[in-house]
Amino acid sequence: MAHQPCAIVGIGQTHHKSRRWDVSLGGLVREAASRALEDAQMDWPDIDAVVLGKAPDLFEGIMKPELYLTDALGAAGKPMFRVHTAGSVGGATGIVASHLVETGRHRRVLALGYQKQSEGNAQFALGSGKGASLGAGGAFAPYMRSYMYRSGAPADVGPMVAVKDRQNALKNPYAHLKLTDISVESVKASPMMWDPVRYLESCPSSDGACAVVFTDEAGGRDAARAGRAPAWVLGSAVRSEPSQFPGRDPVRPVAALDCATDLYGQAGITNPRRQIDCAELYVPFSWYEPMWLEAHHIAAENEGWKMVESGETALDGSFPVNMSGGVLSSNPIGASGLLRFAEAAMQVRGTAGEHQVDGANVAVAQAYGAAAQYFAMWVVANSLDPFGA
Amino acid sequence: MTERNADDIAIIGWSVSPMERHTAKTETQMLLEVVTGAVEDAGITRAEVDFTCAGSCDYVAGQAFSFVQNTDAIGAWPPKRDSHVEMDGAWAMYESWVRLLLGDIDVAVAMGSGRSSTADPALIYPMEMDPFYLAPLGADHVSLAALQARTLLDSGLVTERQMAEIAVRARHDALANPHAQVSGDFDVDDLLAADYVNAPLRRHDLPPITDGACAIVIARGDRARELSDNPIWITGLAHVSELHYPGMRDLRTSQAARSAAKAAGLDEAPVQVAELQASFTHEEPVLVEALGLGADVAVNPSGGPLAANPIMATGLIRVIEAARAIREGRAHRSVGHSSSGPCLQQNLVCVLEGSPDPASRRPSHQEAAASTAVEAPDTRGLLEGSD
Repeated sequence: MAHQPCAIVGIGQTHHKSRRWDVSLGGLVREAASRALEDAQMDWPDIDAVVLGKAPDLFEGIMKPELYLTDALGAAGKPMFRVHTAGSVGGATGIVASHLVETGRHRRVLALGYQKQSEGNAQFALGSGKGASLGAGGAFAPYMRSYMYRSGAPADVGPMVAVKDRQNALKNPYAHLKLTDISVESVKASPMMWDPVRYLESCPSSDGACAVVFTDEAGGRDAARAGRAPAWVLGSAVRSEPSQFPGRDPVRPVAALDCATDLYGQAGITNPRRQIDCAELYVPFSWYEPMWLEAHHIAAENEGWKMVESGETALDGSFPVNMSGGVLSSNPIGASGLLRFAEAAMQVRGTAGEHQVDGANVAVAQAYGAAAQYFAMWVVANSLDPFGA
Repeated sequence: MTERNADDIAIIGWSVSPMERHTAKTETQMLLEVVTGAVEDAGITRAEVDFTCAGSCDYVAGQAFSFVQNTDAIGAWPPKRDSHVEMDGAWAMYESWVRLLLGDIDVAVAMGSGRSSTADPALIYPMEMDPFYLAPLGADHVSLAALQARTLLDSGLVTERQMAEIAVRARHDALANPHAQVSGDFDVDDLLAADYVNAPLRRHDLPPITDGACAIVIARGDRARELSDNPIWITGLAHVSELHYPGMRDLRTSQAARSAAKAAGLDEAPVQVAELQASFTHEEPVLVEALGLGADVAVNPSGGPLAANPIMATGLIRVIEAARAIREGRAHRSVGHSSSGPCLQQNLVCVLEGSPDPASRRPSHQEAAASTAVEAPDTRGLLEGSD
């Protein structure tokens, strides 16, 4: 069966903050979902199925929250599905939702990712309450050090990513961090957290949610006719590999390489750097921008940092990365992957506002999780045939 | 008999772990064994598996990201297309099924696993309730089940004797199930003489606490026929949720189970066997009614969740047992059901059908290796609600 096209016709997100104490969990997810439905010109009964994604339930202390959130998300009488693939979960959530449309199972599907980190203590939960957690920064620091050593990247590259993403976030009304006077110097003056990562090179801990409405080809064309440009899913891919074994390279994981290869093959992309107009990559710590540019075949091995250093990944560069401000500016973990996927879609729909890349026709999004071992990616475009095949 | 085409998807192998009150194995070790068992049953290797999806729960495991280490059991090297749901393995099978429907890959393994023995379910279960109104009450699944049972009793839809009869039948049927944890011949009056655990529920109305895992192999039409002489076709698969708050639902029935059955086409032809995730005796008549099952349908011939209840695997095991009934010639068409949440909030229905000419099939790899079947542990042991 050649699968059917899938269109993104609605996107919504919350204002991400350290503590959204003004809303319950139900209120948080409804804020994002309501915006997505409004964007899609739909109402709750129009949705046929809901796919919910979030990272560990221990973060909020609610087990299997898809049960409780069925009511808030209008999913009573419908299929309610719950995905959890660590940090990549937001991406996986969007992909599972798109598959429900592509297979013709459902016509209109709502994907929603969230995390309300203020409800608990993520560091405590990461250690499962046993107090032995390195935290994500501690887990990834050796990989980043190894990348610096292998690539010979100048030490300023990490801080440059941190500055660029925070400057992009100033243009994004939903972003959590608004660091108006950040500079490479101030990043380098901030406390060292996990060598080589400093405080200002690290993601925040956020409350937030993101929602995306998917529909079939007819629905996408209807939206286009009504002047609401859809984003079309040209391809999606996931890959997982074990956390550790002697043959694994966590700096340049084979799962990351394979995931991108699979994705580009589906989308008809043979030259990612040229054919893709911009990218939202899961960069919770600064050095991951050059690392993923390389591991996803956008830059040659050990050369990703040069794209950062030369300004190519800036909003006005030749290959903008993390136009939204990225995970470095907002990190409601379970939503972070879907926010990447949604931003890519916003770019090709031309609805990204001040952080819009001019002429963005094709965008890639990525999320990764656990010990840099779970990957989820998609390519979206403003038409089903952006390369004029 | 409908002809199957390339887009139809079939079950071609499975494996179920021993069901124990407590296992010394990790979840990863249990999964390692059942994934090996399932791919061997299907006559393939892990390398031939294109997609994997696991169902498990961090709160049951007592650890954040508990599924990550389970990746070791699937053999994700070279890296695999893989996913995980924080739901019963039956929903992992649903995701796998949807993934195969896309048409670009052929074989998937879905699995479910849980070790309930490491904690007290009565402490864990309230955590899945609404955090404002229900969790603070300590509203665990046994208490909520008792409320539903009371509703059914008060409505005259079931009697305590009928509930005990269901337990007696399940435990008797479980004698023939090498995977059962609780089995034996019991007397209804003896069971009814016991004290309530949580009125109106007695110990026999409750499932045991079980550690266990299972895995299932599914494949697209052409590949399924190539690998198996007796592929068991998934003719319908659907799931539906309903309102979370039990007080806002009619607990005398299960609207979600009814809707899921309708969406899965259960009523299109008769089934001979139904494997239902009725974790409490009184849930069985609710589900039998919602699924429209006649008196001639064998319900939970494996013993069902009352015989073994490895949370997060219990539902997928129902699908496996429904498939086993077809493989063993006890059914031509069967249904597997899974449920999650308080008072059957969420329901999944999977309708299975045998191949057109079962007489011509060869013995499965599993049957050929029947001598390796796991011995049933001595069972009359610790039930939920006991010490």
